Amino acid sequence: MISYEFIHKFSDVIFVGLFFVNNKLLKTMSNSSLPNYLEYKGKYKGIFAWIFSTDHKRIGLLYLYSIMGFFIVGAILGLLMKFELIAPGKTIMEAKSYNAVFTLHGITMIFLIVVPGIPAIFGNFFLPILIGAKDVFYPKLNLLSWWLYIIGAAVAISSQFMNGASPDTGWTFYAPYSFRTQSNVLPALIGAFILGFSSILTGLNFIVTMHRMRAPGMKWLKMPIFPWTLYGTAWIQLLATPVVGITLLMVVAERVLNIGFFDPALGGDPVLYQHLFWIYSHPAVYIMILPAMGIISEVIPTFARKAIFGYKAVVISTLLIAFVGYFVWGHHMFTAGMSGTSLFAFSFLTFLVAIPSAIKIFNWMATLYKGSILLRTPMYWAVSFLFVFMIGGLSGMVLGALSINVHLHDTAFVVSHFHFIVFGGVGFAFFAGIHYWFPKIYGKMYDAAWADTGWIVFFFGFLLLYTPMFYLGIAGMPRRYYDYVPEFHFANILSSFGAFIMIAGLAIIIINLFRSAKRGKKAESNPWAGKTLEWTIGSPPIVENFEEIPEIK
Amino acid sequence: MTENNTHDHYDHEGSKLGMWLFIFTELLFFGGLFIVYAVMRYKNGTAFGLAAEELDVSIGAINTVILLVSSATIAMSISSIQLKKTKLTLILLATTLILAIVFLVNKYFEWGAKIEHGLYPGSESLEQLGHGEVLFFGLYYFMTGLHALHIIIGIIFIAVMMVKVKNGKLNVNRFVQLENAGLYWHLVDVIWIFLFPLFYLIA
Amino acid sequence: MEETKEHKIVSFKTYIIILFLLISHTALSVFVTQIDLGNLSVIVALSIAALKSLLVFSFFMHLLYDKRMYAFMVAGVLMVMTLVLIITFLDYGF
Repeated sequence: MISYEFIHKFSDVIFVGLFFVNNKLLKTMSNSSLPNYLEYKGKYKGIFAWIFSTDHKRIGLLYLYSIMGFFIVGAILGLLMKFELIAPGKTIMEAKSYNAVFTLHGITMIFLIVVPGIPAIFGNFFLPILIGAKDVFYPKLNLLSWWLYIIGAAVAISSQFMNGASPDTGWTFYAPYSFRTQSNVLPALIGAFILGFSSILTGLNFIVTMHRMRAPGMKWLKMPIFPWTLYGTAWIQLLATPVVGITLLMVVAERVLNIGFFDPALGGDPVLYQHLFWIYSHPAVYIMILPAMGIISEVIPTFARKAIFGYKAVVISTLLIAFVGYFVWGHHMFTAGMSGTSLFAFSFLTFLVAIPSAIKIFNWMATLYKGSILLRTPMYWAVSFLFVFMIGGLSGMVLGALSINVHLHDTAFVVSHFHFIVFGGVGFAFFAGIHYWFPKIYGKMYDAAWADTGWIVFFFGFLLLYTPMFYLGIAGMPRRYYDYVPEFHFANILSSFGAFIMIAGLAIIIINLFRSAKRGKKAESNPWAGKTLEWTIGSPPIVENFEEIPEIK
Repeated sequence: MTENNTHDHYDHEGSKLGMWLFIFTELLFFGGLFIVYAVMRYKNGTAFGLAAEELDVSIGAINTVILLVSSATIAMSISSIQLKKTKLTLILLATTLILAIVFLVNKYFEWGAKIEHGLYPGSESLEQLGHGEVLFFGLYYFMTGLHALHIIIGIIFIAVMMVKVKNGKLNVNRFVQLENAGLYWHLVDVIWIFLFPLFYLIA
Repeated sequence: MEETKEHKIVSFKTYIIILFLLISHTALSVFVTQIDLGNLSVIVALSIAALKSLLVFSFFMHLLYDKRMYAFMVAGVLMVMTLVLIITFLDYGF
C-alpha cells in the first residue's frame, strides 16, 4: 500500500524551498529610481517581508508559490491513480487507499488550486495595475485572505495526519455518507469552510477596488476584459460561496449534534444536500473558468495585433455566464431522483449557458481573423486553450442532455469532460498567463525554446490522457473505482501513458520557469508590444505600480 | 512593509460598499438555511405547526421589539454623530448594546427551558416526537444559534465603535465605520424579522 | 469617479415613526396568526415580515437616501435568492 503521507512531507519541502529560492533569485535591477516591488525593503526582513506584506504583487506571488506547491501534490496524487489504473486489479494500492487518494486529489485541486487559482495569483498581481491603481482597496484584508487560505489548507490537510482513516467521501462530501463514515471528514469540512472565507474576502476586495479605484478616465467600458471577468467572478464568489459554507456547517452539525437535516433516518433529505452543495459548486466552475477566459481575452488580441473583436459582447457574455451559471446546478443531479419539472428546467438552463460561452469563442476566432499573428509561447497556450475548451464545452452539452446523461452519469466520460474544462480551461489559461506575464513579474525572460517544448509535450500528454476516457465512459467504465474489467485495459494503458507524458511536460515547464526567473535574460518592459497598462510600467513594477496615476483618454 | 505603502486614503463610499457586499454574503449564508427550512416545512407542514406551538410567542415578540428598538437607536446614533453630539451618540450606542444583551439573556432562558424539557437535537424525548419535530427543533437551534452568534459579534462591533467615538477616532468627518456597524446591526434585525414568524407564529 | 455626495442626516422623528410602524406590524402579525387562516397564515406572516424588512432596508439602512446603486444591488441579490429558492422548489412542489 502506498503511503501518501510522504507526498505531504515532500510538498512541505517544496513549499519552503519555493520561498527560499524566490528570495534568492529576485535580485533584479530596476529602471526606475524607485525600488521595484521585489527589492523594496519594508518593516520586515527575509521571509517576513513576504508573508506580512500588503503589497498586492507580493501577495500575488505568495499565492503563486503556495498554489504551485499544492498543484505539484495534486498532480502527483493524480499520477498515482493513473499508476493504479494501468492494469486491472490491484496494481499499487488497495480500494480504500484509492478512495482516499481521489478524495484528496479532488479537495486539493478544487478548493486549493482552481477555485482560488487565477483570481488570487494574476488577479492580485494585475488587477490594480490594469485599472491604474496603486493597490487593492483593502490591502490588509488581502493579506488576511492569503493567511486564511494557508490556514484552511493546513486544516484540510491535517485530516491526513490525524488518527483514523483519511477522508474517503470524494470532494463532494455527499450526505449521508459524509456523516456516517468513520474517516476524518471533520477537518476537511472545516478547512473547506475557512477556504470559502478566503475566497469571499478576495471577491469583496476586488469588487470594491473596481468600483472605487479605476484611474481617472477609465470608464467601466474601458476596462480590459481580464478585470471584467474578475468582476463577474467576484460576484459569484460573494453570492455562492456562503451557501456552501452554511451547507458544510450543517454537515458538521450533522456529525457532531445529530441534527438530522440530511439524514433520512431522522426525516432529513439527502437530495437537499446535493442541491445546496451544487448551488455553490456549479457556480464555482464559473469562478474557475471566467478569469481563465479573461486571460485568453488578453493574450489573443496582443498576439493577433488587434483589439478584441466585439468588446461589449465579450463583457455582456461574461456577466451572463456569471448570472445564468448560478441556476444550472441541478445538472449534476440528473440521476438523483429529481422531479420531472426540474430535470427539464435544469437541462434547458444548461443548454442556455452554452450560448454566452460560444459567443466568447466566436469573438476570439474573429479577433484572430486577419490579424498579424505572432506565434509565441503564450499564444500556443491560448490557441490550444480554444481547442481543449471546445471539446470540454461540447462534451458538457452531451452531458446536459437528459437521456444520454443517464447512461454517462458517474462514468469516466464525466471525469474526462470536467478535466477538459477545468484542467484544460483553467490550466491552459494559467500557463498562457504565466508565460505572458512572466517578464513583467520577474523582469526576466524565459527560455522560449524550452517553453515551447514543454507546451507541446504537455498538450500531447493531456490529449492522450483524457481522450481515451471519453471512450471508456461511453463503454461503461464507472468513475472512482480502482479496478475495471479486462475489456477496458488498452484504453487505460493509453491514458496512463498520457499522464506520464503530461507530467514530463509539466516538469519541463516548471523547471524552465524557475531557471529563467533565476538566470534569464533581462526582459524589456514591453516584450510583446501589449497595449494594456501593465506594459507601460517597468519590469518588475515599482512598489506602488505607477509613479503617477495614469489618465486614460 | 504594512504601513508604508498603504495610502491612508479615506473613501467613505468605498468602505460602505465593502460592508454592503459583506451583508450580501451574510444574506446568502442565511439564505441557504431558509431554503432548508422551506423544503422541510413543505414536507412536514403539520408537524412543524405543532412543534411551533411549543415555542412561547410572547418571548419571541418581546425579543422582536427589543431588536427593533435597538435598530432604531443605532440608526439615530449615526444622525447624532453627524450633528456633532458625541454624548448623545454614546448614549444611543450604549442603549443598543444593552438591548442586545437583554436579547441574549432572553434567548438563554428560552433555550434553557427547552433543553430542560429535553427538547434538543439528539435527545430521546425529541426523537419520540417524530421526524417533523426533530427537524423543526434542529432548525430552531441551528438558525437561532447562528443568529445569536451574529448578535455576539454585533455586540463586540458596537463596543469597539463606542470606544472609537469616545476617543474621537470617529467624528463628524469620519464616521463610516459607525455606519457600517449600523448596517450590520440592521441585517441582524432583518434576519430576526423573518425568524420570528417562521418559528413562533406560523402554527 | 464621482465624488461622494453630501450625507443626508435623517431626523430622529423619521426613525421614531418607522420604529412605531415596525412595532405595530409586529403586533399585527402576532394578532393575525392567532386567527386560523389555514395555509394563508404563512403567506400573511411572511408578507408582513417582508414589509417590515423593506422599511428597515429603506430607512434604517438608508437605501432611500444613498446612491441608487445600492438599492439595485440589494434588489439583484434578493432576486438571485428568490430564483434559487424557486428553482429548488421545482424539485419539490411540482
